[in-house]
Amino acid sequence: MARQIGEVILDLKNISLRFGGVKALTDISFNVREHEIRAIIGPNGAGKSSMLNVINGVYHPQEGEIIFRGEHRKDMNTHEAAAAGFARTFQNIALFKGMSVLDNLMTGRNLKMKSNFLQHALWWGPAKREELEHRRKVEEVVDFLEIEHIRKTPVGRLPYGLQKRVELGRALAAEPSILLLDEPMAGMNVEEKQDMCRFILDVNDQLGTTIVLIEHDMGVVMDISDRVVVLDYGKKIGDGEPDEVKNNPEVIAAYLGTQH
Amino acid sequence: MTAARTDAAASDDRTTFPRLLLAHGRERGDRPAVREKDLGIWQSWTWAEAAREVRGMACGLAELGFKRGDRLAIIGDNRPRLYWAMCAAQMLGGIPVPMYQDAVAQEMTFVLQDAGIHVAIVEDQEQVDKLLEVMDQCPELQHIVYDDPRGMRHYSQPFLHGLDEVIAAGCIHDTNHMDFLDQEIDQGQPDDTAIMLYTSGTTGKPKGVCQTHRALISAARGGCSFDGLDGDDEVLSYLPMAWVGDNLFSYAQALVAGFTVNCPESGDTVMTDMREIGPTFYFAPPRVFENMLTQVMIRMEDAGTIKRRMFHYFMDVAKRCGADILDGRPVGTQDRLLYALGDLLVFGPLKNVLGMSRIRVAYTAGAAIGPDLFRFYRSIGINLKQLYGQTETCAYVCLQPDRQIKFDSVGLPAPGVEIKIADNGEILVKGPMLLKEYYQRPDATAESINAEGYFMTGDAGFLDEEGHLKIIDRAKDVGKLTNGAMFAPNYIENKLKFFSYIKEAVAFGHDRDMVCAFINIDMGAVGNWAERRGIPYAGYTDLAAKPEVLQLILECVEQVNAELAHDAMVADTQIHRFLVLHKELDPDDDELTRTRKVRRGFIAEKYGILIEALYGGKASQFIETEVKFEDGRKGKVSADLVIRDARVFPHAAAKHAA
Repeated sequence: MARQIGEVILDLKNISLRFGGVKALTDISFNVREHEIRAIIGPNGAGKSSMLNVINGVYHPQEGEIIFRGEHRKDMNTHEAAAAGFARTFQNIALFKGMSVLDNLMTGRNLKMKSNFLQHALWWGPAKREELEHRRKVEEVVDFLEIEHIRKTPVGRLPYGLQKRVELGRALAAEPSILLLDEPMAGMNVEEKQDMCRFILDVNDQLGTTIVLIEHDMGVVMDISDRVVVLDYGKKIGDGEPDEVKNNPEVIAAYLGTQH
Repeated sequence: MTAARTDAAASDDRTTFPRLLLAHGRERGDRPAVREKDLGIWQSWTWAEAAREVRGMACGLAELGFKRGDRLAIIGDNRPRLYWAMCAAQMLGGIPVPMYQDAVAQEMTFVLQDAGIHVAIVEDQEQVDKLLEVMDQCPELQHIVYDDPRGMRHYSQPFLHGLDEVIAAGCIHDTNHMDFLDQEIDQGQPDDTAIMLYTSGTTGKPKGVCQTHRALISAARGGCSFDGLDGDDEVLSYLPMAWVGDNLFSYAQALVAGFTVNCPESGDTVMTDMREIGPTFYFAPPRVFENMLTQVMIRMEDAGTIKRRMFHYFMDVAKRCGADILDGRPVGTQDRLLYALGDLLVFGPLKNVLGMSRIRVAYTAGAAIGPDLFRFYRSIGINLKQLYGQTETCAYVCLQPDRQIKFDSVGLPAPGVEIKIADNGEILVKGPMLLKEYYQRPDATAESINAEGYFMTGDAGFLDEEGHLKIIDRAKDVGKLTNGAMFAPNYIENKLKFFSYIKEAVAFGHDRDMVCAFINIDMGAVGNWAERRGIPYAGYTDLAAKPEVLQLILECVEQVNAELAHDAMVADTQIHRFLVLHKELDPDDDELTRTRKVRRGFIAEKYGILIEALYGGKASQFIETEVKFEDGRKGKVSADLVIRDARVFPHAAAKHAA
């Protein structure tokens, strides 16, 4: 028996986002349930990344409401989002290229560190204990993602597929309850995609993490998601289980470009 | 442990592995037996803890119905608990059968069926999945026990068990019926089969080689006394558990001498783990040493001018006097001083990077090692030696003694081993380490051991004037050209493979008028070579077909021809024509054995069209080949292969009358 999909934990209502005269998102509503894998798909420029940015507070929508675990708010801000258990990866890898994999993962623990700057500088008392504890957590992530062999390698020297995995690792190091993945498989070969799928499913299954992901590879999306929302030119044109979405004529039109 | 138990075990005379383990647990219980890196930290288990775990595991296995004479399949990387599973099976009088962990499911069925496996202990989900895949074909398989529970949460089959639970149940059983296991251990006899190892199947179907406790323990004792291994040594266990060498070094010798076995974190971290552990005793097949040297050379090419010059200067010093210093031969004062300086600046740091700073004894075997490669390691002060043996002889026939190293021999017969050369040149051996039998194959057993009790190795070789054994080739591989000249394909292939650019080679010539060869380039070395020359390439097949690469390989082939021309015995077998294969020879495609030996017959058949082209004088040949990916899917690669003629040299010695 697989994980139990729970209540709605994140509910987005009538979100609209404009940049000057450009309407990035128009009146979009959808929700995310606990422990599910929720995919956002759509052609280029459909507003998928903007949607993720709204969720974790990078962008503030002009209209609409976000209800997170029963709490109503107009928008999130990035600190609150991170503290509330959101973590994300980016379309273009955003790691510290000159730092080792371990150090990059440790940055994911940043929010959980309690001791002050001076204690850390001296690596004394609680700071030392704390760092050992965080390192233990990070090692669990290393074990989980099977990246033992690159622990001490500077990230910049790693192949792209592994960098993506490290980025996922950094997000996981924050022990998120909701994980936002922006095109986790972009630019990967078949084998790397398979690995990544397995890791995403494992995260969802074993850690119970709710996952919202953007992806272009339809095969991947339809395989691993529980529900899919489809955007096109900033509007929602489909929402539902993979099979339902696959047969939605509007979705087919948006993707294949057939005449209405 | 209670007094009663200690007494029961004390009556042993250390003739079986379980008794050895209990003795270590009793006498030096607080010394480290096994280490494993887990979550980034080296965890160790003492001998006492190991003994306790093994007892628990044995009782747990007994609860699953495993009993005397049963075979226990063990599949996985080198994990402490998989080594313990071997001992646990032996405690119950069962026979562990370690299997190659990287084999695909279908390849496993043969061994599972042949050995009649009821119970298998495997490492993780991956191996469980493989077994589930072939479960239908192996009706006798009743229980699968897994070490790592990750990903196993949703498997509900009743015949799957977590090793933790099995051990926990076993520990309870052991406390309640303390004498059960002691009695089982007492029943174990030195002449019981201790382990079954399957031969790699270079010829035909694999055969299960049954080795007794006595054979393995005497081979281990001989090896330990030969090299003075004791309880303070450290070994890194990273070679497949199904291979006899790992069984000898990481299990038999570890239990005999009581040294510490270190299990790496994963297959990919061996180099790092080795640096951290600094083993004192090390074994690797030649290709591992070769890879390390290639890595060092590539990195030196990319290093700054000063470092590079320093490296080359001191490597010249080492080449001149390093091996002599190691062997204790007289060396001039100036060279000694330079070598000491080199050790400080180059060799020491280099050994440290390779994780070889503490090595007292390093062995290589399994294939011929290039003289340059061998000299390199010895010259920087690593006591690298060769040994010779096979699964049937516990990998214990010849060892090179310290200070008497000859590059082209495998050393003197090991203590207790007797060697005879048959009339056809085949090497025959006799000693306590010989196999008991091939499992359920009395025909094969009778074929391999002759009337006088000698095991026929199938290798051709001779003893030199000082009694050192030299191996030429597999006796059956040695063929003849149509002009009657002896053709030893391995000999030629090894010469080719000594070039870092060439990974594999297959030579043809038996019953032909000339020698031709297939060559596999080494992706790392040739790729780096191409990059430095600004030659763009899109992957293996493309790189292998570059005219510049063909020219590079041609130069290597011609150099081999020049060397062959020096020796009248093999001067006729210079390589006339060759081609560079479009894909790497791969065990997944059955072209190599799991121990990476070339399967000559299979290749000749599969690439028959290429052989025809070589001998038919064609300038190129199109070929399409099916390849198997690691996940079991199949694909195709195709290429138009260019065939090149190589220059052959006149015999250096006067051509004998023909």
